[in-house]
Amino acid sequence: MLVMAEMSEAIDHVTVIEPTRGWSAPRWRELWEYRDLLRILVERDFSSRYRQTLLGPLWFIVQPLLTTLMFTLIFGKMAGIPTDGVPGPLFYLCGLLGWSYFAQTITAGGLTFINNSHLFSKVYFPRIVVPAAGAVSNLFATGLQLIPVALFYAWFAWRGAALHPGWAGLLLVPAAMLQLVILALAVSLWMSAASAKYRDLVHLNQFLVQLWMFATPIFYPMSHVPARWQWLLWCNPVAAPVEMLRLGLLGHGTLNPPAAAASAAGTLALLLTGWMFFSRAERTVTDSA
Amino acid sequence: MKPIIEVENVSKRFRLGHLGAPTLRDAVRGWFRRGRRDAPDAHDFWALRDVSFRVQPGEIVGIIGRNGAGKSTLLKVLSRITEPTAGRIKLRGRIASLLEVGTGFHPDLTGRENIFLNGAILGMRRAEIARKFDDIVGFAEVGEFLDTPVKRYSSGMYVRLAFAVAAHLEPEILVVDEVLAVGDASFQKKCLGKMGDVARNGRTVLFVSHNMGAVRTLCQTGLLFERGRLLKSGPAHGVLADYLAAGGGDADFWSRPASEPAPGPIQFDSASARVEGIAPRQRLHVDLRLTSTAPHRPAFLWIDLLTSLGVPVLQAVPDPEPFMEHQRGEHHLRVVIDLPPLVPDRYSLTLWAGPHCTEPMHIVERALSFEIEISPQPSRTFGHVPEHGFLVAPSSVAYVNAGHSQAPREFESLAQPSSAA
Repeated sequence: MLVMAEMSEAIDHVTVIEPTRGWSAPRWRELWEYRDLLRILVERDFSSRYRQTLLGPLWFIVQPLLTTLMFTLIFGKMAGIPTDGVPGPLFYLCGLLGWSYFAQTITAGGLTFINNSHLFSKVYFPRIVVPAAGAVSNLFATGLQLIPVALFYAWFAWRGAALHPGWAGLLLVPAAMLQLVILALAVSLWMSAASAKYRDLVHLNQFLVQLWMFATPIFYPMSHVPARWQWLLWCNPVAAPVEMLRLGLLGHGTLNPPAAAASAAGTLALLLTGWMFFSRAERTVTDSA
Repeated sequence: MKPIIEVENVSKRFRLGHLGAPTLRDAVRGWFRRGRRDAPDAHDFWALRDVSFRVQPGEIVGIIGRNGAGKSTLLKVLSRITEPTAGRIKLRGRIASLLEVGTGFHPDLTGRENIFLNGAILGMRRAEIARKFDDIVGFAEVGEFLDTPVKRYSSGMYVRLAFAVAAHLEPEILVVDEVLAVGDASFQKKCLGKMGDVARNGRTVLFVSHNMGAVRTLCQTGLLFERGRLLKSGPAHGVLADYLAAGGGDADFWSRPASEPAPGPIQFDSASARVEGIAPRQRLHVDLRLTSTAPHRPAFLWIDLLTSLGVPVLQAVPDPEPFMEHQRGEHHLRVVIDLPPLVPDRYSLTLWAGPHCTEPMHIVERALSFEIEISPQPSRTFGHVPEHGFLVAPSSVAYVNAGHSQAPREFESLAQPSSAA
C-alpha cells in the first residue's frame, strides 16, 4: 500500500524548469519536503563536531568564560559600566549566551554558498536547508553554555545576590531563543546571497559582526542607555531577544511590548526578504564557481 | 504515453567575463563605465543553444559529444543545479542526478551515517533509506566496516559505498554523468548492470559518457551534441555510428571530415593508434598523416594524453625542433610513445601541430582513444580511482632493521615473472 501511494504521488509530480524573472516567493513546501535532510545535516554536525574530540564541547564553555573575564575587567572594573544590579560575570554570561549563538551562526551561515560550492555544483536540494541546519545545530553549543550560567547563578544566589527569575519569566527563554534562531537564519541568508554576488563582501560580513555587538546590550544594560536614545537601540532586532533572555534567566532586564513586537516584526521581515534574495542567488550561483 | 521529459528550446549562457569571483569593486567600476561600455556580449558563451527533445518513460538515453559540447551543462540544467537562460523543461516524475560519486560524504562519519547523509542529499526520505539500508550495504560489500569512519576506507570501498547509495535511489528519472569511470573493471560492470536493472523497472535514464562501449550496450536512444547544439537524435547505434564516422573522438582511427574546412597551412588528415606490449611496459604506436597546403614555417607536433574525464596525463613531444617543411607536401609519420604505468581507463589523444608552441595551426581534440584494461600492478587486488591519480609509480619496499635478509619485492619483477629472482 505504501509503495502504491508513493508511485502515484510520483507520477503526479510534475516539475517545470524555466528561467525565473525577478523575485519569487519563498518556497516553504519544498523546504518541508526536505525536512529529513535538515535533520540528517544536524545529526552530521553533532557527530562530526563533538564525537572526535572532548576539547570541542569544552571550547564552547571556555570561550564565553574568557570573554566574560575580559568584560568584567574592562567594562566592569575599568569603565565602571553598571550591570542592572546583577553580579557582573552573570550579567555578561547571560548576554553572551544569546550573542555568541547569533554571531557564530551568522559567521558560518553567511558563507553558505562559498563553503558549499562543490556540493552545490553537483546536486540539487533547496540550499536553505544548509544554513537552517547550521542555525539548529549551533543550539547545542548554547545548551552547553547554560552550564557555566547555572554554576555562576548558584554561586551568586548562595552569596545572596538579588536574583528572581520566576516561572513566568522562564517562558521568555525559549521564546527569545526561537527568535534568535529565526533572526540568525535570516541574516545568514542575506549575507550568503550578498557574498555570493560580490565575493569581497565576505570581509565586510566579518566587520559587521564585530560592530553589531556594540549595538547590542551585551556589556551594558538597556536601562543604562538614555531614554531618548533607546528607540535607536531597539531598531537592532537582536537587542530585544538578548534583553528577554536576561529578564527570563535573572529577572533583570528592560523590555516593553512595542519594542518586542517591533523586533519580532523586523525578524520576520528580514527572514522573508533574506529568503527571496537567497533564492535569487541560488539559481545561478554555481555558474561562476 | 506522455513523454516523461520534454525539453523545449533550452539555451544556457555563461558570462565568461564574470567567471571566477565577481567583486563589488568590479561592479562599482562597471557602474561608472556603463556610459561607454564596449561590446558587452563579447564574453558570452552559449553552452546550450536552442535544444529540444523528448524522452519516453523507460528509455535509456545516451548523451554523447566531445568535451565542451554542452552535455554536462544539459545535465546540470535538468538536475536544477543551474537555471536555463531560455526555454522550458517539463519533467513528469521525480528526478535524481548522479553527477559525482559520493557527493557530500563526510570523512569523519561512519559508513552507516554517510549512507543516510548521502541518501538524503540525493533526495531520499529517511524512511526510504532505512528500508533499503541492507540492500545498500550488501551491494557495497562493506558490511564489517559499517561503523568505521569512511576516511579509513580504501578508495575502492569508498567508491563502492557511494555508488551503492546512488544505485538505490528510485526516482522516475535518473541522470548519470561519467561516474562509471571510477572503480575497477568488475565494479564498473556491476554498476552498468545495475543501471540496466533500473531501466527494466520502467525508469528513465539519461547517461553521459565517453565510454562508447557502455553507450552502445546500454542505450536505445542517442543524443549527439556539438558546441551546445543538439546535432542528431535517434536510435543509439545510428547516432554513435555518425559520431564515430565524423571523427567523433573515441576510436582508434580518425580522419578529417571532408565537410570541415581545411584549418591551416599544415593539417592532420588521418591518424590511428594501437597499444603494444604488456603492462607496465607498453608502447603506443601512433600513425599520422599530415598535409602542407601552403607555404609555412617548419612545424613540429605533440600529442596530449587525457583520461576519459578529460584530465591531461602527459604530453609527448617526439621532436621539439620544427622538422616538418612545407615543401615536402605530405608527411607520413610514426610516433612511438613509451607509456608509463597507466591505470585502467579509456585514454584519448589530442593532436597538435604548429611552428611554435604559441602558434597552433591544427589541433584535433580527442582524435583517438585507446583502452588500458589491466592494472599495471597485476598482484593488486583493489581497484584504481581517479582521486589517486592515473599512474602507478614503480616502487619497492624493504626492511632496513636487522633480521630480514629477504630481497625486496620489486614492482618490475612482479610484472615480468621471467626476470624474477
